[in-house]
Amino acid sequence: MFGNKLENMDLAAEVNELSNAQGRSLWRDARERFVANKAAMACVAVLGMIVAFTIIGPFFAEWSNEEIDWDRMGAIADEGAPSFENGHFFGLDDLGRDMYSRVIQATTTSLLVGLIGAFMALVVGTLYGISAGLIGGRVDAIMMRIVDILLAIPSVLVIILLLVIAGKSFFMLFIALGAVSWLTMARIVRGQTLTLKNREYIEAARAAGVSEFTIMYRHILPNMLGVIIVYASLLVPDMILAESFISFLGLGISEPHTSLGRLIAEGAGTMAYGTLWQLAFPLFFYVTIIITMFFIGDGLRDALDPKDR
Amino acid sequence: MLNYVIRRLAVAIPTLLILIITCFILMKIAPGGPFTSERPLPPQVLANIEAKYGLDKPQWLQLVDYVKNIVLHFDFGPSFKFKDRDVNDIIAQGLPISLTYGFLSFVVAAVCGIALGVTAAIRHNTWIDYFAVSLGIAAQALPNFIMGPILILTFTLYLGWLPGGGWNGGQWPYLIMPVIALSTSFIGSISRLTRSSMLEVMNSNFIRTAKAKGLSTSTILWRHAMKPTMLPVISYLGPVFVYVLTGSVFVDLYFSTGGLGQSYVGSALNRDYSVLLGVTILYGSLTVIVNLLTDLAYAWFDPKIRF
Repeated sequence: MFGNKLENMDLAAEVNELSNAQGRSLWRDARERFVANKAAMACVAVLGMIVAFTIIGPFFAEWSNEEIDWDRMGAIADEGAPSFENGHFFGLDDLGRDMYSRVIQATTTSLLVGLIGAFMALVVGTLYGISAGLIGGRVDAIMMRIVDILLAIPSVLVIILLLVIAGKSFFMLFIALGAVSWLTMARIVRGQTLTLKNREYIEAARAAGVSEFTIMYRHILPNMLGVIIVYASLLVPDMILAESFISFLGLGISEPHTSLGRLIAEGAGTMAYGTLWQLAFPLFFYVTIIITMFFIGDGLRDALDPKDR
Repeated sequence: MLNYVIRRLAVAIPTLLILIITCFILMKIAPGGPFTSERPLPPQVLANIEAKYGLDKPQWLQLVDYVKNIVLHFDFGPSFKFKDRDVNDIIAQGLPISLTYGFLSFVVAAVCGIALGVTAAIRHNTWIDYFAVSLGIAAQALPNFIMGPILILTFTLYLGWLPGGGWNGGQWPYLIMPVIALSTSFIGSISRLTRSSMLEVMNSNFIRTAKAKGLSTSTILWRHAMKPTMLPVISYLGPVFVYVLTGSVFVDLYFSTGGLGQSYVGSALNRDYSVLLGVTILYGSLTVIVNLLTDLAYAWFDPKIRF
């Protein structure tokens, strides 16, 4: 009866393998849904190429972003066009600087602004919202009223006000972007906390003697991580847009730093002289980044938001 | 309903007060002032100027005066940079211009966006839908400061059809480009929102019932589906109006319309804090009012909300 031992061993191994199979976690489901979304995956690839370009691109640059090409400076419209021969792949800007290096510098800045702005919103908004939701009562009411008041001021005006008052700098720009972007995040997180904190499993955890802090980061935070990630990803293009708008007005990042909004402003200012490449290259990178971010955000929402299925 | 309006107003007024006070404090802690220049003024002259503008009084008294003037006389004080004009003059001159095309852009964005979204939703999963969706996404990636240069390049520099800027009493050739520049990205976002909202409504049970009763498509659409579709759109229109106001800062500057945005950016660069503050407070107040109106419109549209 037990003669065919080898076969039995195989069977046992097979059974073992089956019982060891990975459970289908929510995150794995979400990842599979996201990967199945062709538009979102294509956008991840395009965005990845842009990021790779900002990292690898500088190694191929023949001019730095601050060098001035004195030979061609006087005749930008005639000799400043993009060309491989003189090493200005994207042409020259109005002051004779290499657009290739400038565009790389600006793209890096804009991507950083988007990421850091969204990250600050994520941290501050989540902490604020979760505390308001968990503490509840009068503290919650006051905290949310503060958010309401701050939301009543147009955010771009707040950023301009802060930059004018505290002086223009990279650090201040991030502070200003963070200062306006956490508000909606705080509202969303508070709403989520309120719905989650009365669930049965939270009650069970509390009955089992789990401390409030542990409940917060072990049970509440992971359960609303999806919503937070979705909203943060939608914030990134918003931040890039806001920064570009302010830089376009000349109130944001100042020389020698530059951002895509700044370059577009410069390109728009000189386009009447026929130097269209000064507008076209930054514009191309800008629009591509914004569109890919939209699709990635949408893809994340479809993948992570259980309501919309 | 009246109760609700009163309650909302009771919240809005302290909001505005806190807004004014916060902005005032920010202005006071800012380094430098309108009278700091490379060539410092003699102390006696500086003292006289400060006395003229009431800057020699204690800070709290200045704040009280400022708030009192705004609340009682709607007076935002003098401009520190322009000796002949006060903030009220600047606002009175610029605001009507900014509001004119701001409002036009808002209407254009709402009408075109909703029409595009509804068309896409009705023809779901056909080439019309795909076309409308790609149009919406493309529009959303083209904010006002991108559209401005593109429009000027096309219509002024190459085609020569439209004037590149100016106001000229608001004649229509001067209005077209600012309005398109301001409304494009909102057409995109409104159409996407309308489309997804309408698709959700069209899949709901009461629409299926209406179809089962044998109602015509147009009756279902206009009598049953339209109102619930508009709910999320209306709550989004409030923020859009605020964005349009902010966006008009750019349009004023780029198309030299003489609107409020030009003075705003000018004052920000010149550290003319009283103008900066006055315009911020004005826009803040408009935002509060628009949010209030949005909530009321929402209550009117949604039968589930009654106060």
